Amino acid sequence: MAGRNTIATSPLPAQKTKLSDHPASANWGDRIFYNLVRLSALFVIILSSLLVIELFHGSWEAINKFGIGFIWGTTWDPVKEEFGTLPTIIGTLVKSLLALIIAVPISIGAAVYIAIFAPKWLRGPLSYLVESLAAIPSVIFGLWGLFVLVPIVRVIQIWLKGHFGWFPLFSGPAVYGVGVLAAGIILAIMITPIITAISRDIIRSVPKSQMEGMLALGATRWEAIRKAILPYCRVGLAGAVILGLGRALGETMAVTMVGGNAFALITSLFDPVHSMASQIASEFSEATYSLYISSLIYVGLVLFGITIIINILAQILIWKISNGKVGIIE
Amino acid sequence: MNKRDDQVNNEGTATEERSLPHRRVHLHSEHQQQGEQKPADMPISISIQGLNAYYGKFRAVKNITLDIKAKQVTSVIGPSGCGKSTMLRCLNRMHEETQNGRTDGKVLLDDEDIYDKRVDPVAVRRKIGMVFQKPNPFPTMSVFDNVVAGFKLNRFWVNKSELADRVELALKQASLWDEVKDKLNQSGMALSGGQQQRLCIARTLAVEPEVVLMDEPCSALDPVATLKIEDLIRQLTSKYTIVIVTHNMQQAARVSDWTTFLLMGDDRAGELIEYGETKQLFTNPKDERTEAYITGRFG
Amino acid sequence: MATATQSKLHVTDLHFRRRKIADRLAFIALSACAGITVFMLLIILSYIFYKGATQIDWNFLTALPKPAGEPGGGIRNALIGSVIIVALASLMAMPIGIGTAIFLNEFPSFWVGRAIRFLADVLTAVPSIVVGLAVYTLVVRPMGSFSGFSGSVAYAFIMIPIIIITAQEALRLVPSNLREASLALGVPRWRTILMIVLPVSSRALLTGLILAVARALGETAPMLFTSFGNAFGNVNISKPTATVPVVIYRYATGPYDDWHSQAWAAAFILVGVILLASIITRFVIRSKFDE
Repeated sequence: MAGRNTIATSPLPAQKTKLSDHPASANWGDRIFYNLVRLSALFVIILSSLLVIELFHGSWEAINKFGIGFIWGTTWDPVKEEFGTLPTIIGTLVKSLLALIIAVPISIGAAVYIAIFAPKWLRGPLSYLVESLAAIPSVIFGLWGLFVLVPIVRVIQIWLKGHFGWFPLFSGPAVYGVGVLAAGIILAIMITPIITAISRDIIRSVPKSQMEGMLALGATRWEAIRKAILPYCRVGLAGAVILGLGRALGETMAVTMVGGNAFALITSLFDPVHSMASQIASEFSEATYSLYISSLIYVGLVLFGITIIINILAQILIWKISNGKVGIIE
Repeated sequence: MNKRDDQVNNEGTATEERSLPHRRVHLHSEHQQQGEQKPADMPISISIQGLNAYYGKFRAVKNITLDIKAKQVTSVIGPSGCGKSTMLRCLNRMHEETQNGRTDGKVLLDDEDIYDKRVDPVAVRRKIGMVFQKPNPFPTMSVFDNVVAGFKLNRFWVNKSELADRVELALKQASLWDEVKDKLNQSGMALSGGQQQRLCIARTLAVEPEVVLMDEPCSALDPVATLKIEDLIRQLTSKYTIVIVTHNMQQAARVSDWTTFLLMGDDRAGELIEYGETKQLFTNPKDERTEAYITGRFG
Repeated sequence: MATATQSKLHVTDLHFRRRKIADRLAFIALSACAGITVFMLLIILSYIFYKGATQIDWNFLTALPKPAGEPGGGIRNALIGSVIIVALASLMAMPIGIGTAIFLNEFPSFWVGRAIRFLADVLTAVPSIVVGLAVYTLVVRPMGSFSGFSGSVAYAFIMIPIIIITAQEALRLVPSNLREASLALGVPRWRTILMIVLPVSSRALLTGLILAVARALGETAPMLFTSFGNAFGNVNISKPTATVPVVIYRYATGPYDDWHSQAWAAAFILVGVILLASIITRFVIRSKFDE
């Protein structure tokens, strides 16, 4: 500041201050500031590494004892101190896939409606409502699921079992209500807003000329959507779906509350079986010795690995189509 | 069965109707040679009557009345923002696809109002195709599939050889066949910009429209590709009515038989200033604003 | 109508009608999809309102929980616990998150920037229960007990990537000519950022922070292994501390009807606060689709 004043008032500014009087190295403020923000960025890297390191650290005992075979082990016996997690992996996958089967058509349909059909005045409110659904915490879905959804599912189960009990998927015990079906439905409700919001952004990123090109050939709007828009952004939509899958896999509270918590290989849609997250959440407080805790953390590590791989895949797909213009967080 | 009969009938009547004006155009050219020019007698393809186009409350195009002659090239010129493209998009009801776009007034295609409540915009666009400013081939489709994208929609069932014939015909009409006949299974995006635009023209022709609207079709192309498209437009005029929006006056003079000059009025709405034969409009404009524009004094 | 056979525009052939019907059906189905999504939200919200709003009174907000099985009592400890833990988490997450966003946006270096942004994107996707486990071995074990502090660390983990992503977006929207104008006046970069860039984007930054807080407030799973819970009026964050979402979980899965209705009441408060936050952010910064 002082330097500028001198320049402004002095008749012979060039002789008063030289550029070399202010070498870049003397700019302490910038250097300190730069290093501070760089430090915080470094902190993010450290935190991410810590996350991974601590998971390995916490599960080390179980990793040593069971090795990679933990993943396909089918026994979970705290009394005999023998642990393996294949049934929960399968339980997680089945619940998540069921959720996808329900949620994907609805989400992409809703996204198409919001992006293309909805009148302009409705778009904002509609997007906002969908995003509000995403803001509701998992435990609230669990609460609602437990007291509202589960009784309904129980009625459906009894009916299905009565009429289609010969069908393997419907052969399980029908009295509980809690179980794979209830968990799948609640997960579907939870991931619908996520898939919808991202798909909407992706569909809107399709150049208008694609839709118009189809319409100008005498296509109906639905034909233009099906033949021009959806094929154009299929990669991004796949990314959105996979992101929803990633969310479903790691979802804990709602699944713990309505999924039924039994360690068993899944046999029907009505089975109350654990998913990985629900097993950790429900057994952690009962884990009385370190190998037990370590095994639960090992389950967490496997869950972490699966969700990270799935999410990186989704990110790549979404980046590819939108050049990073689509955010998960709005 | 019934449906196929229908189609044959449709096609039958269509060709009949097409051949009739064709003969009259022929007559007209004879007249021209004899110096007995009677433009008023020429058959009219699209008759625009009191057309207004709006974006929400803003009126972009104001009270346009204009007859577009069949089997002729009509160009629409004017400074940017004067509503040329908007007017063009009103002619096959694409304007209503834009946010808040609406129109009033009449647009008659062979005496039928395309804005009649009972008329389906989809049916309109089958008869009045459109080529856009930037080439927009469908990237997930091959060249072949691009060409028949619209055609296939109109058929319940098509056999392979009919499809192949259709593709060849359309690509030949678009003067693209020789360049792409070995690349039919490649993506449309693999072609050059000019080829892509001709692919889009072929795609439009494959639907067998009567009118082809072109919205600055060369603005994204280099001069050589532009020249090819202009040649193509001249060739197509034997079979199709063409309306072309262009910001390039030389292009309008080169390709069109008739020229329409639009200008933004005081309320920023585009108005029709002058309409006439291209030769007359460019050499002897009736309105001084037209003269000012074509001599480059504004715009 | 009578002219239909000659008309070109009144197409009536069977195939065309089929296409129009398909178009109509698709439109109805797509609207229904959007309708279902909104309907689910409304049905869940109205149920929470119906079950929860009636349970709330002054006593519920200010009293401590009664021993298990005894009716009555409130959630004062959980409310205070949630506020303290989230506030502490914000204090940890905000400087790191905004600092990182400044680093990414104001000192761009392509690969480092991209790598960190990628990490942030991946971090948002880490299941919160996994964060809880990591914080358990990182903080709870060395400290020897569950604690509110460890809960704050877990929340900070969850908030940091959200703050980074929203803050980076906020900074990106600051027109670069503002920065250039300031730099051209000879103002050093750090002062330009602190005095020009941050104030201009302050509302968007605040939005991101509120989003992150709202997200943390509802997170339950990591608290099971960190702050754990506490039935007494504890405000010492080195000890197990109650939070609202954990109380909802415990009460909902517990055996007593009174607990269930208290869970609904707590849910009403939690959802109310979160939706309020989202309404505030919406009117602080309007959604980008409103234009």
